[in-house]
Amino acid sequence: MNVVYGLVAEFPGAAALLRAARAAGAAGYRRIDAYSPMPVEGLADALGHRRDRIPLFALAGGIAGSAGTFAMQWYSAAIAYPLVIGGRTPAWPGLIPATFEMTVLGAALCAFFGMLFLNGLPRLRHPIFDAPGFERASRDGFFLCIEARDSRFDATRTRQFLDGLQPRAVAEVPCQ
Amino acid sequence: MAPTELPTSAPDPVFPGAHSYASISDKIGDIVLKGPSGWWWHAAFALSSALTLLFFGSIGYLFYKGVGIWGLNVPVVWAFDITNYVWWIAIAMSGTFISAALHLTRQDWGASISRFAEAMTVFALAIAGLFPIIHLGRPWFFYWLAPYPDAMGLWPQWCSPLVWDFFAILAYLLLSLMFWYQGLLPDLATLRDRAAGRFGRFVYGVLALGWRGEARHWERRRSAHLLLAGLAVPLVVSVHSVVGLDFAAGNTPGWHSTIFPPFFVAGAMFSGFAMAMTIAVPLRRAFGLHDFITGRHLDRLAQLILAMGLILAYSYLMEVFMAWYSADRYEVYTALNRMRGPYAPVYWTLIFCVVAVPQALWFARVRRSPWTLFCIGIVINIGMWLERFMLIVTSTHRDFLPSAWGMFYPTVWDWAILAGSLGFFAWLFLLFVRFVPLIPMSEMRGLAHRQGGAP
Repeated sequence: MNVVYGLVAEFPGAAALLRAARAAGAAGYRRIDAYSPMPVEGLADALGHRRDRIPLFALAGGIAGSAGTFAMQWYSAAIAYPLVIGGRTPAWPGLIPATFEMTVLGAALCAFFGMLFLNGLPRLRHPIFDAPGFERASRDGFFLCIEARDSRFDATRTRQFLDGLQPRAVAEVPCQ
Repeated sequence: MAPTELPTSAPDPVFPGAHSYASISDKIGDIVLKGPSGWWWHAAFALSSALTLLFFGSIGYLFYKGVGIWGLNVPVVWAFDITNYVWWIAIAMSGTFISAALHLTRQDWGASISRFAEAMTVFALAIAGLFPIIHLGRPWFFYWLAPYPDAMGLWPQWCSPLVWDFFAILAYLLLSLMFWYQGLLPDLATLRDRAAGRFGRFVYGVLALGWRGEARHWERRRSAHLLLAGLAVPLVVSVHSVVGLDFAAGNTPGWHSTIFPPFFVAGAMFSGFAMAMTIAVPLRRAFGLHDFITGRHLDRLAQLILAMGLILAYSYLMEVFMAWYSADRYEVYTALNRMRGPYAPVYWTLIFCVVAVPQALWFARVRRSPWTLFCIGIVINIGMWLERFMLIVTSTHRDFLPSAWGMFYPTVWDWAILAGSLGFFAWLFLLFVRFVPLIPMSEMRGLAHRQGGAP
């Protein structure tokens, strides 16, 4: 197991971070993370984030919510407890409002918890939090981290590469 | 309106570029971290705490004695309880709607009002949800609305709007909470990183769930936020439509009308926007947030209020027209009874508050005066409360059989629970501004970035 988590470089702004992320990708690094205090357009793409699976989660949640709720109402109204009113049991349009609400709720629950799940949150401890000055990543700091498990990672050469990107500072992040 | 203002607010500097990322985070974060805000916060908190006690004390007494402590009785069996319920849930409608709809239509100016509007939704909805429970004669059986395989072998009546209401409120409350919390995550991380004490770091650290601002995390959050916003908009419409159907499904004159669902949705937006205005003006004054909630925000909110008010005025007109057009003597009588009967002062006050007063918003001078807008917001919400009262009470107090007519007069407990619910809302809101950043810092930083004011 490596004792170094990675090398982190701090950049003066969003544009510089985006340039650096693209340069690192072009140099063949694959295990790159970029941290910014707000979303930066194109940054995730530059890091190789291709597939957005959250909509699929939401779709699955919506289908589960609607099918489950409709099936439950049908079972209740047709089999378990048929309320006969005016000679008829409940017609299916009357089952739609609850089905709709639970469709939306199912999709929303899966989108929200899917986001947390794919992001690996909650995770209160992470090596990057030990990077010097990282508390500014939630305020005005822009950081790029090349992880040690990248196959091209080399303590000296990667540091030289990062230095060449004109960062404010480069530092080593220890493993926990 | 200039043509450049129409599609999006991109070329339109709603947000002055004088702030850097750091100054945005410090200015908004310090409201939470550097403590409140002097005597007025403490005075307001003391008053709202007293009212909160009154609220829960009254509910306790209600549970002990029963709904007989209220003024309602046959024929008026829904009065302040359901009026309060509809009023609060209407206020809850617009908060999530504002931020979701403005997010979907890429209206950048919505970002700074979204956080407290969403908080308004969550708190108002929690209060609204209490009223249907406490208005039950036997409130301990409220869970019978939920479908579950019980030992009695009973199931809910699926075609009842009251059952739909249960599902609608449940879905809306949970979605609003998730939408709010998802927006809050990066800001909680900022507070975690800036908090001075161990305790603050611990609490905000746990609440931030370890958010670290990684680019892919931002991307997934953006995607989820877009989805939740897209889901929220139809949900809002459905929730308040179901509230309208609670009435329209009964054959009581004045209720049994297909106009009710859209009419209720328009009324909900209207009172919710007015409430957002009522909250925004004192907030920005108290915390000096003029850079983030600008005159332009208030101006646009006022325009939304005006537009909704016009839809509502049209609905009132249509209600009266349809009563006449139906040629149903009970419908006609109910419409006339509202204008000329014992509750006529309520009717004309609400028409004044809801139809006449908002017309002042046609004038740019009015829309540029924050405290005038504040007063209009309050007047509108008083009017909207009276509207629900009028709608609920006048229809039942004189329906089909004159021998069954009666009057409703509120008791002190009716007033205590209404005042208490207002106090409880204020109490929750004061705690919110004390412990949570009331303007989304990450959104503001993004806005500064996109408008080129910061690197």
